[in-house]
Order: sequence, then structure tokens, then C-alpha cells
Amino acid sequence: MAAEAGPLTIGKQTGVILVEPRIPTRMGDGSLTEMTRSEIESDLEEGTQAAVARGKVPPLTEDELDHLLDIFASTARFTGVDIGDEVVITKDGTGTPQLGSRVDALYAAEQVLGHDSCELFHNDYSYRAVKTVLPMEQQYMKEAQERLTIPVHYGAQPDLGRYSAPDGPCGNWSELLPAMKIDEARAAQEEAVEMAVEDMVFVAEGMWEAGADGINFDTAGAAGDGDFLATLKAVEALRAGHPDMGIMVGMAGEMVIGTHGQLEYGGQRLAGMRPLAQMRAVQTAGATIYGPAVNVNTSRSTAWNTARALTFVKPCMDEAKIPVHMNVGMGVGGVPMYGFSPVDAVTRCSRACVDILRLDGL
Amino acid sequence: MNGLRAAGDLVVRLQMSKGMRLKEAKAVAADKLGVTTRDLSDPLAMHELRGRLRLGRLFETETTYFRDPSPLEAKWHISETLGIPINSVIKLRAGLGI
Repeated sequence: MAAEAGPLTIGKQTGVILVEPRIPTRMGDGSLTEMTRSEIESDLEEGTQAAVARGKVPPLTEDELDHLLDIFASTARFTGVDIGDEVVITKDGTGTPQLGSRVDALYAAEQVLGHDSCELFHNDYSYRAVKTVLPMEQQYMKEAQERLTIPVHYGAQPDLGRYSAPDGPCGNWSELLPAMKIDEARAAQEEAVEMAVEDMVFVAEGMWEAGADGINFDTAGAAGDGDFLATLKAVEALRAGHPDMGIMVGMAGEMVIGTHGQLEYGGQRLAGMRPLAQMRAVQTAGATIYGPAVNVNTSRSTAWNTARALTFVKPCMDEAKIPVHMNVGMGVGGVPMYGFSPVDAVTRCSRACVDILRLDGL
Repeated sequence: MNGLRAAGDLVVRLQMSKGMRLKEAKAVAADKLGVTTRDLSDPLAMHELRGRLRLGRLFETETTYFRDPSPLEAKWHISETLGIPINSVIKLRAGLGI
């Protein structure tokens, strides 16, 4: 994969200086930059190797990197998958306030934007918060089910940190850990896990009763291995009680942080889990869709970030028994970390994910 | 997959309720609808079919379908056509006692 020439080459016969054209592309923070084809090629190689080093996974193949190069070295404003290779899209938090009520926004997502599915959500996107306003959310879900034909699921975050002081009743492990109170920090997390499971099951069952097509646990693991364990236990409980419930688990990052360090699920330690191990745990718990997330490095190019993300997730694809819907959005899956993601970057990253990974959805 | 414009909502329902991978979900949807998997993402092919099977479809100012089913009726037909349970339909049937 070595570049044939650098950006500046002097022709031997003519002495003419050949300049490799610079191609507009994006950085991980969304800013527009220009890179030569050789530089993009180099970034793709570095990106996959970065994932190999951190994730202990195989690199992308030469063919895959060549295909990514074609995508990212294009100057087109927009790109897409081939006809027939389309995937479905599931969403975390659908709708925008300019479109009226929350259900109006879901309806617009169906009728105007052509979404395959959508998600009713509360602005305080936390199962603990929703628990206090559940009846109102149930009413909105009922209305949504009467107005929409596409699936409407309900989503929020496990958000384990919400259970720690001062917001919650448990000890604050973020303060206990630096104070070297390890046992107390672990005990606080274990206590929070049980509370979070109870709340997640309560809310999910309430929204299912209101007619939801499924439940989404978003950013599982965001507060570390305790957060992930709470999610898995909630999924397990819900699956046992509701065999037909659609359950999505979307992760927070490519590695579960060991805030507790000793928590296990199914005999496997959760701390340090990467996408393949995360998927196995989510499948075992009984979810119907798994959504890996690989965070973006805002100092590197979109090409670098996408190659890295694909390398992390690729091992999941052959082993998955449930659909894999990779998180490809603001700050994950290669898409720049910016509130209004530029469509040139979003389409390149999305197409790269589908073409290389043969994902079941995004 | 274009959602209600084509068959994206149908394929994602098979994934969500049955845990089907994409290839299987597309194959099952195509089989149940009597089309090819390529047709599933073709808005022209699916718009007419969805109208005939009363699975719900888009409308706009100059193309209205007041005889088309309500969303709940459409989901009823989707449930019957795909052979999958749809929660809101189950609730409706329970409320109607059927």
C-alpha cells in the first residue's frame, strides 16, 4: 500500500513538477480540509493499524482499504451504496423541535424523511428521569402508535451516574475512586446497578404496555462496566417477561471502561470488553439488535476514523446472530463530532460501513 | 431503505421482532410480498403494492389516498402479511375484544 509518489514529483524527462491534486475532506471535528490521495491512503492504513493495536483485532484487507480510498478520495458532495445494498435505519431520539409536538416530529420523520423506524424519547434522556413522567410518555406513545405506520420504539440511557450523589442516593464513585476508597466505590456502583435495573424494567414495561414496538437502551456502558451490567440485567429481565419485545442495545464506546473493574456477566469480565465481546454479552442477554459504537478522534481525518471504526467492528459480523446496527452519527462510526454533521462526511462513513462490514443496519 | 416509501419499515420490523439479520429479513419480506429483494427498496414498485395490500404508504398534496388505511389498520395488515406480532395491533384487538 506504499504511495507511488509524494505530493511533489519532478518528472525526469521534462523537469516539470507534478503536484498531486488536493481533495476536500473532513477532519474528526467536522472542519473541511484538503488531503492528497496519497495522504488519505496513508490515513486509512494508520487508522486500521490504530484499531489493531488497541483492539487486538485483524486489520482491514488491502481490497477493503482500496475501496475505502475510492470512497474518501472522491470529490462528490454525496455518495451512496449500490442499488440493492440498502440497509435499514434505527434511530436514537427522532425529531426536531421545529416540527411541532414530539409526535408531529415523528410523523414528519415517517412521511417527509422516509425513516424506516423512529424513536420517541424524552429530552432528559435517562430511564431514571423518565420513570418520574412515565404516564405522560405512555400517552405520547399511544398517540404515536395511532398516527404512525413505521415502528416507533422508546429509548433512553441507562445513565448509571444519575444514581450517585448528589443526583442520586448512592455514593459518588467518581469521587471515591480518586480518594482511593476502592471498596466503597465498588459498593456504590453495585447498589446503583440494582436501582437502575429496576427503573429500566419499570419504564420499558410501561412503554410496552402503551404500545411501543421496541425499547432502546442507548449508550450502554457510558458510565463504565456497572452501566453495561445494569443494561444486560434489564434486557435479561425484559426478555424473560416479554418474548416478543424488540430490544436494542446501543453501546457508548469501543471499550467498556472498568470503573468497577470486577463486574462480570455470563462469566466474562465486562471491563475492557470490545465490540465482539460486547455483542456476545448483548446476544446472551436476549436483545434483538446490537449497536456497536466507536468514538471519533477529532484531531484525525474522517478517513482515519472510519478505517479505525470498521476494524473494531468487523469481527462481529461473521459471528452475530442478531442484527448489527452500527452507531454512525455525531462523533461515532467515523462521522465528525459536530452537531450538524456535514452530509459529505455522513454519506461517506455510512457507505463505508455498509460496503465493508455488510451491516444489517445503521 | 426508504421507510414507508418502499419496504424499509417492513424489513426493520422483521429485524426488531425476530432478530433477523438483514439478508434473511429482506428474503422473508420479499417472499411474503411476492416481490424480489431488489423491489423492496424501489419506491415505485412498493408504492403500488402497499396500496393494494393496504400496508400504508405516503401521501402528499396532489396525491391523496383518503381510502387508504389508518396507521393502525395498516399495521394490522402488516402483521398479517409478515406473520409477526405488532404490539399496538395486539392492544387494539384486546380493546376491541377480537
